[in-house]
Amino acid sequence: MRVNLTINGHPRGDEIEPRLLLVHYLRDVAGLTGTHVGCETTLCGACTVLLDGKAVKSCTVLAAQADGASVTTVEGLAKDGGLHPIQEGFWEEHGLQCGYCTPGMMMAAVDLLSRTTNPSEDEIRHALEGNLCRCTGYQHIIKAVQYAAEKMRAAAGR
Amino acid sequence: MAVVPKFVGARIKRREDPRLISGTATYVDDVRLPGTLSAVVLRSPHPHARINSIDAAAARSAPGVVAVLTGEELKGKVGGIPCVAPAEHIPFHPLLAQGKVRFVGESVAVVVATDAYKAQDAADLIEVDYDPLNAVSDPEQALADDAPILHEEFGNNLVTRALIPNPAVDEAMAKADRVVKFRIKNQRLAPVPMEPRGVLAQWHQANGQLTVWTSTQIPHLLRSALAAVLSLPENRVRVIAPEVGGGFGAKLNFYREEALIAHLSRMLGQPVKWIERRRENLATTTHGRDQITYLEVPVKNDGTVLAIKAKFICDMGAYLQLLTPAIPGFSGLMMTGCYKIPAMSFEQVMVFTNKMATDAYRGAGRPEAAYIAERTMDMVAAELGLDPVAVRRRNFIPKEAFPYVTCAGLVYDSGDYDAALTKALEIVDYPKARAEQAEALKHGRYIGIGVASYVEICGIGPSVMLPPKVPGWESATVRMEPDSRVTVLTGISPHGQGQETTFAQMAADAFGVDIDDVTVVHGDTAIVQYGVGTFGSRGLSVGGTALMMSVGKLQDKLKKIASTMMEAPPDQLTFTNRTVALQSDTTKAIPLQAVVDAAYGWKMPIPGMEPGLDATSVFEPSGCTFPFGTHVAVVEVDPETGVVKFLRYVAVDDCGNIISPLLVAGQVHGGIAQGIAQALYEEVVYDENGQLVTATLMDYAAPRAQMLPHYELAHTVTPSPLNPMGVKGVGEAGTIGSTPCMVNAVMDALKPLGVRHIDMPLRPEKLWRAFKDAKKA
Amino acid sequence: MFPGQFEYHRATSIKDALDLLKQFGDDAKLLGGGHSLIPMMKLRLAQPAHLIDVTKIAELCAIGESNGKIAIGAAATHDTVANSSLVRAKLGLLAEAAAAIGDVQVRNRGTIGGSLTHADPAADYPAAALALEAEIRLDHEGGSRTVKAADFFLDLMTTAVQPGELLTQVSCAPIPSGTGYAYLKHPHPASGFAMVGAAAIVTLDRNGKFATVRVAVTGLGPKAFRANAVEAALAGKAADAATITAAAAKSADGIDALADIHASADYRAELARVYVRRAIQAAVARAKA
Repeated sequence: MRVNLTINGHPRGDEIEPRLLLVHYLRDVAGLTGTHVGCETTLCGACTVLLDGKAVKSCTVLAAQADGASVTTVEGLAKDGGLHPIQEGFWEEHGLQCGYCTPGMMMAAVDLLSRTTNPSEDEIRHALEGNLCRCTGYQHIIKAVQYAAEKMRAAAGR
Repeated sequence: MAVVPKFVGARIKRREDPRLISGTATYVDDVRLPGTLSAVVLRSPHPHARINSIDAAAARSAPGVVAVLTGEELKGKVGGIPCVAPAEHIPFHPLLAQGKVRFVGESVAVVVATDAYKAQDAADLIEVDYDPLNAVSDPEQALADDAPILHEEFGNNLVTRALIPNPAVDEAMAKADRVVKFRIKNQRLAPVPMEPRGVLAQWHQANGQLTVWTSTQIPHLLRSALAAVLSLPENRVRVIAPEVGGGFGAKLNFYREEALIAHLSRMLGQPVKWIERRRENLATTTHGRDQITYLEVPVKNDGTVLAIKAKFICDMGAYLQLLTPAIPGFSGLMMTGCYKIPAMSFEQVMVFTNKMATDAYRGAGRPEAAYIAERTMDMVAAELGLDPVAVRRRNFIPKEAFPYVTCAGLVYDSGDYDAALTKALEIVDYPKARAEQAEALKHGRYIGIGVASYVEICGIGPSVMLPPKVPGWESATVRMEPDSRVTVLTGISPHGQGQETTFAQMAADAFGVDIDDVTVVHGDTAIVQYGVGTFGSRGLSVGGTALMMSVGKLQDKLKKIASTMMEAPPDQLTFTNRTVALQSDTTKAIPLQAVVDAAYGWKMPIPGMEPGLDATSVFEPSGCTFPFGTHVAVVEVDPETGVVKFLRYVAVDDCGNIISPLLVAGQVHGGIAQGIAQALYEEVVYDENGQLVTATLMDYAAPRAQMLPHYELAHTVTPSPLNPMGVKGVGEAGTIGSTPCMVNAVMDALKPLGVRHIDMPLRPEKLWRAFKDAKKA
Repeated sequence: MFPGQFEYHRATSIKDALDLLKQFGDDAKLLGGGHSLIPMMKLRLAQPAHLIDVTKIAELCAIGESNGKIAIGAAATHDTVANSSLVRAKLGLLAEAAAAIGDVQVRNRGTIGGSLTHADPAADYPAAALALEAEIRLDHEGGSRTVKAADFFLDLMTTAVQPGELLTQVSCAPIPSGTGYAYLKHPHPASGFAMVGAAAIVTLDRNGKFATVRVAVTGLGPKAFRANAVEAALAGKAADAATITAAAAKSADGIDALADIHASADYRAELARVYVRRAIQAAVARAKA
C-alpha cells in the first residue's frame, strides 16, 4: 500500500507493506536511524517521535496509520543549524551517557514543553514515565529539561 | 611554577554528545551495507528438553528465506563459546542447541532472510519436536540426588567448589560474646542496557577477511575469541564496536550470536545482521548476581567484629559464559568491606540450573560483597542494640593503616572511611534525622535511616588476578600529528562513560593544546592496537594510566627536541598555550608546531633520533584501586501499602582525584539508580519449573524517573598512589553503595516491628506483610 | 517485534467500518490507537488477517454534549479526554482516569473505545466508566444498542460486544455540582497498569451523610466491578473515617483476585481496600469543598 507523509518538514510517499511499523519505516525506508528500538512492549520510549506534534511510540504505530500525518524525529529537532533547546539542555547538563534512550527522551520532553512552560521536577519525572534510561539515573535528564524550559521561556519573553 | 590544568578537573561538556543528541550516532543497527540479510533466531520455549527432530522444510521454502541452520548442521564447522575462568566442569557451549535445550531462550535454529519480517515469518514455520525434561531452577536444589542433571557427562550439577578455610575463624567463634547468623540473597538481575545486543558481519571472500560490528565492551578480546571459534587467523578478523548503547557488564562477553552471524556471513558471502529483541535480551543476555549467602559473624558485645564466615550458593545458569565462575570470587574476597576484621573464611558452591548464565553485572561480585558487609554491620548493631554508625566506626580500618592488607590478602591502596561517613552524616544531619524518626513513629509514621559504607575493588591488576585472556593491563597510543593535533588510540571501549572527553582533557593539558585539538579513537581492532576493554571501573585508572605513559614518552621526545632549540635542559620545560616553554618563565617559549616540525624531520632533526611522534604504552597495574564512600538514605514506609517513599538520598563517594566532575556525577547517579533498583524493584524470576516469568519489561521492573529519588552528592578525595592521576574509578561505586544503603534504610523503618531482614527486592507486598504479621503478633 | 501479514483497511464512516466487519468476520480486528492490539501483533500473539482502522472516522473522534449527556467518540484518545475542557468540567472523574493511563505516548494514541473493548483487567477506564454509570453505544449493521457499563464487562478481556458490532460512543450524565470524586491507582512497577485502581463518586446530604455513593474497582479481579457491598455499607451513613474504613474493608469481598510476582491475591485485595478507602475519602473531601 502507499503512504504519504511529511517527515521533518519534507513530504514523501512510499509503497509499503501494511504491517510495517512506523519505527521501521523511519529507520529502514526513510533512512533516519536516530530513532531507536529498545523494547517490544511499548514501554521504553526509545522510539518516541512526534506524530502531528504529539509524542508517540513509533514501535506501536503502523506506518499505514501515519498516512497523511506529519512526523518529527530527533533529526528534525535542530533548526537552521542551531540546536533545539532540549538538545542544548541534554548536552549542557550531561543528560545522556550511552545516548541510546536520548532521542526518544528528548521527543517526550518536547511534548511536555509544548504543554507546560515551567515544569517542576515532579512533573518532569511524571511526564517521562514512558521512557527508560539505564545510564543517568534521570537526575541530569530532569536538569536538561529544566534548562530547555528556561531557555524556551526566555526566548518567548516569559 | 607548574602550569595550572585548564581542562582536567573542569566542568567540560561531553565531546561525544553532538552526534548522540542529533540522532547521527551509528549503533550496530544503524550500520547500512548493501545486500544485508536479516537473521532471526528460533529459541527454546522449554527450560529443559530433548530435541527429537527439527523440521525446517517449510521455513526453507518461505518467501525471502536464504538459509536456515540448526545445531546439527553446525557440528564440526565451528567451535563453542569459551569460558576462560577456571572451573571443575566446563560444558561444551554450542552456538545452536545440540540434542538438548537447557534454558528458556536457548538458540535452536537460525533463519536468514531478505528482511527481519520475512525471517520471523519463516521462523514461525519451523517445527521442533521436543521431549520436555524435568528442570531445576532453585540452586539449592540443583545438587540434590534427585535433581535433573543438565550436563549428563558430569554426573551432577556442580560447576565448581571453592574453599578458603581459615582456622582463625573458628578461634574467633570460640572467643566471641555471640555469633550473629543469617542468610541473605543477592537476587538475579537483568542488566538491560537500553541498546540490546546486535551483530552485523561481513565476509570478504576475496581476501578471506571478516569484519564484525557488534555491541560489545571488549572488541579486541572478542576478536581473539571469534578467530578461535571460526578457525580464522586473528589478523583477518576485524571487530568494530560502533556506538554502544550501554553494557553494564552484559557486553563484557562473547555470545553465541556473535559467532553464529559471522559464520553465516562467511557461509552465504553476504552481510548478515541480527538485532536482539528485548525478550531475547531478558532471556539470553547474561544475568547478574544470584548468590545466596549463609553468614556467621562472631562479635564482641561492644560491636567489634572478630571474623566473617560465609557459605555461598552461586547460580551459574545452564552454560558458562566468558567469566561466569570468576564472579563469585570477588564477593568472597571483598566481604570484609571497610573493616579491620581479622579473619574470614568462605566456601562457594557454584551450580548449574536451567536458567541463562550469570556473569558480570555492574559491580560483578563486589555489590554482593558490600551487601554482605553492610547488612552484617546493621545486623550486628540490631543484635547488640547499638547504633549502626557506631558499629561501623568501631570496626573501620583507620586511615593511618593504609596501605592495608586485609585478612583476604588484598592490599587496599588508600582510604579514609570515617571522613566519608562523617561528611555524609553531616549532610543528612544524622542526630536531627534520628530525632525526626522517633517523633514520626509516635504518629504511626515509619521512617528509616540507612547507612552503608562501602569499599570496592577497581582497576584490577596485575593480570594474574584475572582469568587468562582477560588481562588486567591496558594500552594506549598517543600520536601528535604533523599539524600538532593529538590523536589518542585507546584500548578501552567506552560505551557511555565519556572517555572521548576525559582522555581529551588529560591529553590537552599535558601538551598545552586545546581540547578540540585532541581526537580519541576506540573500538576498532583494525585501527587501535590490541587492548582489553571497558569494565570494572578500569577505564580511567588503567586505560588513563596507559594514556599518560604514552603522553609522557611524547613529552620527553618533544622536550628533548625543544631543549636543543631553546638551549634549556629538557626537565625545565613545560607545555602551555601551544608552546614549549620554560617552567620558570612561560613567556620564554617556542611554538609547539616548530618542535613538531622538527620531530617529523621537516627541519633540524636531531641526529640519531627516530622521526615521528607516536608512542604506544601498556600499563600493567601493580595493584588494584579501592574506591569507597558512604551513602545515607532516609525513607518512609507506608504501613498500609508497603510503598517506600524517598525523603533523602546522600552519597559521599571517594574515587580519588576527579578529572571530570560532571561525568563523575553522572556515573554515580546511574550507579545509585541501578543499586536502588536491586534493593527495591528488580528480579529475574524463573518459576520452579524453569519457565522465565520476567520475560518482558512489562514484568521486569526497570525503574522509571518517578521511581527514584533526588540524589545529593558530595566527595572526599583520597588519591590512589597507584597511578599518576591519583584516580580510583567510579563506574560501579554508586551501585555498590546504594543497594545496602536502601535495604538498611527500609529495614531501619521496620525495626519497631522487630523485623531484622527481608530479602530483596523489597517489593511493597513484602513490607506490607511485615506490618501485617507484626500486627497479628 | 515484527507483526505477521494482514490487509489494512481504513474505514471512512461507521457504515463503512460495519460493512468491512461483516465482510471479513472473524478474520478482522478493529484498530483504534492500536495500543493493545499492535503489541500483541508484535509478539505474534495476535495475527488478524484484516485490520479495520476506525480512527479516521470523524464522528468517532468527537466529544460533545447532547440530550443532557456528555458523549465521547470511541476514537477519542486518552489525551484528548484527559484535556478536554468539557470532560474536565463535567466528567472530572473520567478525565482523571484518562490522565492516569500508561504514559503520555500511550495517552496520545490509545482510544477510549479501544481500551473498553479490550477490557484489560488492569485498565484504568473501566473503573471510571462503572462509577459514572456510563452508557456504551454499540453499532451494528442497520442499527445500534446501548449497553450499561455494568453490563458491559463480562469477564477477563470479554465484553458485551458481539461479532459485527462496533463501539462508537461512551456517554455519561454530567457529574452534578457538589459531587466529589476521585480516581486513585497503585501502578504496577513494571507495566504501569493499575495493580489496583479505585474510582469513587460521592454526594453528601445536608447532614454530611452519604446521599449517593458509587465505587468501582479495577485491577483486582478478572474484570472491573462496582463495589456494591461498599456502597451499601455507606448509603445514608455519616461520612466519617470509621464508617468509610469499615465499608472499604468490603472492597474485595467475593472477588477472585489476580496475582503476579509483584502482588499476590492477598496483597491486591488489601490494596483494593486501602485505595477504595482513600478514593472515598478524597471524594468526600471534594464534596465538602
